[in-house]
Amino acid sequence: MAVLEPTPTGLAALADEGSLAPRGVFGVSLAFLRRQPVGALGIFLVLLFGLAGVFANWIAPYNPTANDFAAMTEAPSWAHWLGTDQLGRDLLSRILFGARTAFVVGMTSAFVGGVSGLVLGVGSAYFGGYVDLWLQRLLDIVMSFPLIIMALAVVSIFGTGVQNVIIAITIPLIPRCSRVVRSSALAIREVPYVDAARALGYGHMRIILRHMVPNVMGPFLVIITAFVGQAILTEAALSYLGLGVQEPVPAWGLMLQGGAEEYATTAPWIAIFPGLAIMLTVFGINLFGDSLRDVLDPKLRDR
Amino acid sequence: MYRYIINRVLLVFPTLLGAATLVFVLMRLIPGDICLVRLGSGGESFTTAALASCHAEIGIDRPWIVQYLSYIWGLARFDFGISMWSGKPVVTEIATRFPISLEVAVMATVIAVAIAIPLGTISALKQNSWIDLLVRTFSIAGLATPAFWLGIVSILLVLDITQAISGVPWMPPIDYVPLWRDPIRNLSIVMLPAITIGYRYCAVSMRMTRSAMLEVLREDYIRTARAKGLINRLIINRHALKNALLPVVTVIGIEFAFLIGGLVVTEQVFNLNGIGRLMVLSVQNQDYTLTQALVMLVVTIAVVSTLVVDLLYAWLDPRIRLA
Amino acid sequence: MALARAGAAALGAILLAAAPAVAAETPKHGGTLTYLIPADAPPTLDAHRETTYATIHATAPYYSVLIRVNPDNPSSTTDFVCDLCTQMPQPTDGGKTYTFKIRDGVKFTNGDALSAADVADSWNAIIFPPKGVLSPRSSNFEMVDRVETPDPNTVVFHLKFATQAFLPALADPYGYIYDKKILDKDPHWYEKNVMGSGPFKMTDYEVGQSITGVRNPDYYHKGQPYLDKIVGIFAPKQATRVDAIRSGRGQIEFRGLPPASRDELKKDLGDKIAVQESDWNCGSVVTINHAKKPFDDVRVRRALTLAIDRWGGAPALSKIADVRTVGSIIFPASPLAPSKQELQEVAGFWPDINKSREEAKRLLKEAGAENLSFELLNRDVDQPYKYVAIWLVDQWSKIGVHVTQKVMPSGPWIATERAGNFTVVLQANCHSVVNPLIDVQPYLSSSVSKQNYGNYEDPKEQSLYDAALHETDPAKQKQDMFQFAKYVMDTEAHKLMILWWYRIVPYRAEVKGWKISPSHYINQDLSNIWLDK
Repeated sequence: MAVLEPTPTGLAALADEGSLAPRGVFGVSLAFLRRQPVGALGIFLVLLFGLAGVFANWIAPYNPTANDFAAMTEAPSWAHWLGTDQLGRDLLSRILFGARTAFVVGMTSAFVGGVSGLVLGVGSAYFGGYVDLWLQRLLDIVMSFPLIIMALAVVSIFGTGVQNVIIAITIPLIPRCSRVVRSSALAIREVPYVDAARALGYGHMRIILRHMVPNVMGPFLVIITAFVGQAILTEAALSYLGLGVQEPVPAWGLMLQGGAEEYATTAPWIAIFPGLAIMLTVFGINLFGDSLRDVLDPKLRDR
Repeated sequence: MYRYIINRVLLVFPTLLGAATLVFVLMRLIPGDICLVRLGSGGESFTTAALASCHAEIGIDRPWIVQYLSYIWGLARFDFGISMWSGKPVVTEIATRFPISLEVAVMATVIAVAIAIPLGTISALKQNSWIDLLVRTFSIAGLATPAFWLGIVSILLVLDITQAISGVPWMPPIDYVPLWRDPIRNLSIVMLPAITIGYRYCAVSMRMTRSAMLEVLREDYIRTARAKGLINRLIINRHALKNALLPVVTVIGIEFAFLIGGLVVTEQVFNLNGIGRLMVLSVQNQDYTLTQALVMLVVTIAVVSTLVVDLLYAWLDPRIRLA
Repeated sequence: MALARAGAAALGAILLAAAPAVAAETPKHGGTLTYLIPADAPPTLDAHRETTYATIHATAPYYSVLIRVNPDNPSSTTDFVCDLCTQMPQPTDGGKTYTFKIRDGVKFTNGDALSAADVADSWNAIIFPPKGVLSPRSSNFEMVDRVETPDPNTVVFHLKFATQAFLPALADPYGYIYDKKILDKDPHWYEKNVMGSGPFKMTDYEVGQSITGVRNPDYYHKGQPYLDKIVGIFAPKQATRVDAIRSGRGQIEFRGLPPASRDELKKDLGDKIAVQESDWNCGSVVTINHAKKPFDDVRVRRALTLAIDRWGGAPALSKIADVRTVGSIIFPASPLAPSKQELQEVAGFWPDINKSREEAKRLLKEAGAENLSFELLNRDVDQPYKYVAIWLVDQWSKIGVHVTQKVMPSGPWIATERAGNFTVVLQANCHSVVNPLIDVQPYLSSSVSKQNYGNYEDPKEQSLYDAALHETDPAKQKQDMFQFAKYVMDTEAHKLMILWWYRIVPYRAEVKGWKISPSHYINQDLSNIWLDK
């Protein structure tokens, strides 16, 4: 579906810079907000939708799955702020609960995909040799395999539903993360102190965890942030093709599926609001990711 | 260098073999088969005898290992078999649909690059100005918009706007004609899908151009040129742009190979009879031979593009070139 | 028979009244009809082999058939007329022999003359397919013993036993007549090629794109076809079809669009759009797998049907989905269908839904299945499967039953059904020509009906059906059918009849001559369509 911009030079260069100086989480956050107003906007959007999803039970005015045949396709009004869909379900409530689905799917996929990619990428870079060779071939296969066929097959075999959607989305993320992490890790591996550490008898795990992982944290964090946005978009596309989450679970992509096009002229709000929700959320995630990258990559920092 | 090239090229084959095996197994794990789809989706009843004769005709009653070996052997001879759904050679099925997908992809690239490179450059030159901010917002929005939603909205906008202006709603033609037969009609069909895919593509390329230009502009030799008093425009055209272009071209190349993903959804939205739609169909119909061939096509394109990029970078890296 | 005819005529009159007044106008000649085919390219173009309407919509204009449903009265269940024959025959020999005389002077578009041999050969290919040739409908013709041609103008069908079900089966829209010379050489030729004796001649087929034809100057129904040219465009996506009709890129689609699309087109184009609507010979049915506990207990099954408020839900659902009519398992507009009063005696159709749901809860309690929860297997199709399923889940929740959906694409869905890996599945019981005696066969015991995935055997049900099938008095037959239907829906609740589908066809008003019917498979040769431009 989509590919991150690789910026091979930028990200690889990150590896040279070493880890972030420890300043405490709070200090770092405050500094970040002050220097990156755009990133702050991003965080604000993400938090807006994220918290909406978390607190949906309390904020949502209606039950998102309750059909109300007396109120089908109503325009936005005081009773229903964003209108209702063709089954009379309140759109605002569905979007709020949809945020929950989006973030659950997005963050799970990004986390699982990212961590797997991290493990495989670092392991591949560290051990080198045949491990690296065959692992990379395996990941090449997965990466070049068309996502749509993979998703169709997963859904046809296991059925639809949130878990299977997450599986279908996570699989292509793993090789992408692994590739980036690996190229950063490779740069570190050449550094003499790794050999020195081995000579001193330090175990593999210790070297990996202490030296390699912290140094690939930069690109890793950037990529994992981008993954969340990508996962949300992929979920939307899969739901549009009918391969994603199923009714009556509220999910933004699903809301754009059948009803949206059918009612596009008579009830455009059914299509517009979920689309906007997706756009704003991913927009916020991207803004945040961009600022994160700017912070972590001193070369691109403003002078 | 030669050793590197040979090694790198040889590595392509296990990847291809692996992908071929993966699709073979994956397809056969899906419950049911093409005969069920063919006989059963009408809702009428069919006898077990009809099912069995269908199986025998297509050849899916043979043991898996036999099917696998004949498939791999076919691949080696570039014989991609017959589509199980229509009985026509797979190559014919793909060839009829390839031109339109290719045309959309190429148009999308042209649009994307034509906008991305100039805008990205300007954005980098005027970093943090309002132009920069505008361009960055535009490109981040492009990354955030679901392509199919954009497609739906664009069709509707065109219908509504034309209806508002002229009273008659206009929609691009839905039956495809090739470019040489009727260029205007062809372009009107391809334009909206190309823009829909192109937007995202443009966004990625724009960001890449911007960051690559920014990096190059900070290089010492640029500062030297400035110190020497060279005119800005000369610096940009002669030095900066050339060097910035390499990562940009790389990204454009790799993204093109992965454009297939975007094509799938876009072809659904715009009812285009292309490769993306064929992929969805072939999996839904459980047409093993066709799906296998399509996957191999996409995988080969992806693998070859990454190969070319890797070789290019290797050639540029003197450590490897001179080895 | 007379009762049936009267019923059919009345039905025809009602439906004609709903359609735009056409009778007084004289057809104009000329013009190109662009129609949309709501599917991707069919696997082959050979109607003898395929079961999808895509094949029919794409190729029916190019072929002739022996007999067909009257194109001017397509909603009738008994009005069959000749296409290639000269006169509808009366059966002889105790109802076991049907003799058809074939018209003179019919030619295939490749120049070959059409004779009885072509007709007999084509039907033999359907009824008695040779080895290696697929014929999914051969089981509909079990009553046929042999097909003969005593002379070049006569075809005789010899049946094993007399039955009312033969003529409707023979009017099968898939019964194209092929050229014997070609069939003899290559029985698979028609899979990839189109060549017939129909109103149009095919000129161009672009796979997955469009199929084009021009009028056949040698067509034997003089004066027809009115159109000069037809173009069928494959457009599987509903939104594309609606937009196409809206913008004039396409003029009509012959399957059916949901109510919202009709409303949208009406709102945008007003007078430029005409709409025809009809009951559809398709019903949403819930099949319960009797092999899974506790669904072997009839009380649980009856509870499920009692919970559904059909009368109350249908009006609302009909606004968003392709469903409308509340009816029994017999096609509601058929003369054999029960009246509303009779229907309201059946469980699930009681007028008082609260009383119905109380009874349902009581039954569940008695069966010890109070906190019942199960998975509903559904097909990945919007109209109306998904909407009906969402509604059903809601209805069952009203008696405390918790249901989740498992949605699968068509292929795996069929496979899972056949394998019995489901508890409850939402299906559709769809047929082409309305023939209730045959159409209810999916409700018979699993050993009898291969289409029944419910895993149950019921000899009493079988005897009720046989009584109705062999009854000759129409009034008594109607009562017998109702007994059978009540037994299936209420007493044993083997399957739950949910709602009958509704066909809505909005199209550009200049298209005239086409009349809607309960089946989207029939009346597709486009010979009587003309453009008022």
